[in-house]
This record gives sequence, C-alpha cells and structure tokens, in this order.
Amino acid sequence: MKAKIIITPKKAVLDPQGKTVQTALEHMGYTGVTGVHIGKYIEIDLAPGTDKAAAEKALNDAAHKLLSNPVIEDYRLEIE
Amino acid sequence: MNFSVLQFPASNCDQDAVHAVRHFGHSARLVWHKDAALGDTDCVIVPGGFSYGDYLRCGAIARFSPVMQAVKQFADNGGLVLGICNGFQVLTEAGLLPGALIRNRDLQFHCENIFLKTATNDSPFTSQIPVGKILRVPIAHGEGCYFADEETLAKLKANNQILWQYCDATGNLTDTANPNGALQNIAGICNEKRNVAGLMPHPERACEPLLGSDDGKWIFESIFAALKNKTVAAAA
Repeated sequence: MKAKIIITPKKAVLDPQGKTVQTALEHMGYTGVTGVHIGKYIEIDLAPGTDKAAAEKALNDAAHKLLSNPVIEDYRLEIE
Repeated sequence: MNFSVLQFPASNCDQDAVHAVRHFGHSARLVWHKDAALGDTDCVIVPGGFSYGDYLRCGAIARFSPVMQAVKQFADNGGLVLGICNGFQVLTEAGLLPGALIRNRDLQFHCENIFLKTATNDSPFTSQIPVGKILRVPIAHGEGCYFADEETLAKLKANNQILWQYCDATGNLTDTANPNGALQNIAGICNEKRNVAGLMPHPERACEPLLGSDDGKWIFESIFAALKNKTVAAAA
C-alpha cells in the first residue's frame, strides 16, 4: 500500500519559483499557461493489509503537524 | 544571567551566539537538541543555521526535537526566548510565533548588511534600543520572506508585535530596502505575551566594532535589562 501526499503553496502565498517557471515557459513559446505552482510530492510506503481508514486518519494528522505547514501550504492525500 | 543556546545538527551560529553573550559578561552554554531539560536558564537563544539540513521545510524537523518541548514549556512559563534566522523559522514552525518564512522573492540567498528600524520599544528585546536608532546588522538567508494571512497580520499590528522592519539608511520602509519580500518589511516579531521573539537578521554577528558594527548589542542589552528587572521584581 502506498500513500501519496501532494503539497502546494496556498493561493495567497507568494510563489517565486512558480512565477519564474511560468515566465520561462512563456519565453519558450508555450502559450495559454495562466499559472504555475510548485510544491512537494511525498510517497509513503504502508505495510500490506493496513486499515485504509485508520491510515487516512493518521496521515492527515501527520500531514497537518509535520508534512505540510498549514500557514502557507495545502495538501491532498491519496491512499492506494 | 544564564543563557542556553540550542544546538541542532547543522546549527552554525550557535558559537557566535555563545560568544556574543559571553562578550557582554554573561554566561552561556550550548544545549544539545536531544536534551529534554534546559537546566538553570534565564533566556533561550535558538540560533541560526540549517537545522536538520532544512529538510522538508526550514525548522520543520527541529520543532519536534526533545529540547524544543522544554523550550515550549519554558516559554509558556514566561521565559525569554529569542530565535535568530533559522531559530526564527523553528519558532514559527513550533507555533511559538505566528506566520511563516518562505523563499526570498528573488530566489537568491542574501548575505549582506541591512538596516533595521525598531517598530516599538515595548518589549524585552527592544527596550534599550535608542529611539530612532537605525541598526546596521547582517542577514544571511534564502528563506526569510515573512508571510502571515491578513487576519494574523492585523493582529500583529493591533498588538504591537512587529519589532523590527527592513528600512533604508535613513529609516524609510521602502521596497528596495526589503531584501526578501517580507510582508510590511517585517524582519522580526514577538508573540502576544511578548516573551518570545524571532528575527531573520543576526544581531550576534554585530556586537563588536571589529565586526563592522556593534548595533546588535542593543538587542542583547534589552534582554539583559529585562532579566535584571525580573530578578529585582522576584527579590522584592
């Protein structure tokens, strides 16, 4: 089993990396790009047979406390 | 006065902080991040550096070290805590100070001298700074852009929690004087109880004329004065 956590900067937070990459894409001629947001992707391996609901609860807790900073970031959790 | 200077793996301004405190005739010792107790301490300094390699986010891992639980308790009991640079990042991650520090807006690491305006003398960290004095102190960071949501920012202003702001040589809060894009040119803040403060600049690196500036001494003098008052109050 695997948990995937995608962390992105909150909309209100300045994202200079995203802005720089967006400008680079425009310079390269890619049109229609209205925004680039750079975040983090974390993969967590879970023991086979782990209870999905319990893992979801625990990982949400971990994502809130450690994996993301709720002041500046949003996250999305997927377990498969 | 006894100062405890925390030491995490990859702290690199810990010795500077110890040196600065001793330079002013007070005692300072290093406290290892795995220690669960601070011992006899009047003030804690969370120093600059790259604690735990800045993995995940600056200060994110340091926050969970055993020594930080002791610091939390020390702060809850009213003890003075100063976070410098990475120490400021650790204190925001730990929830001891509001807001967060993100990548500098130009994505560059800035290592230079800047000017600081003291926004209020009403704190144990600023009380002795002469009114109107512009401090010249160095910065050295890549992630020092202070961010807080509007509600938090309004609260910081209403409670006079903004302690230092980046300014030009004559004290104007201009955008060009802002090295990292921090909201409202914020360089340092304190908590609501005013016993925990953090700042991105390094006062400990500017305590002797030999180092190019001794303006940082005013921040240390403020802490010494606050601790002295505390001792006097406790004895009375």
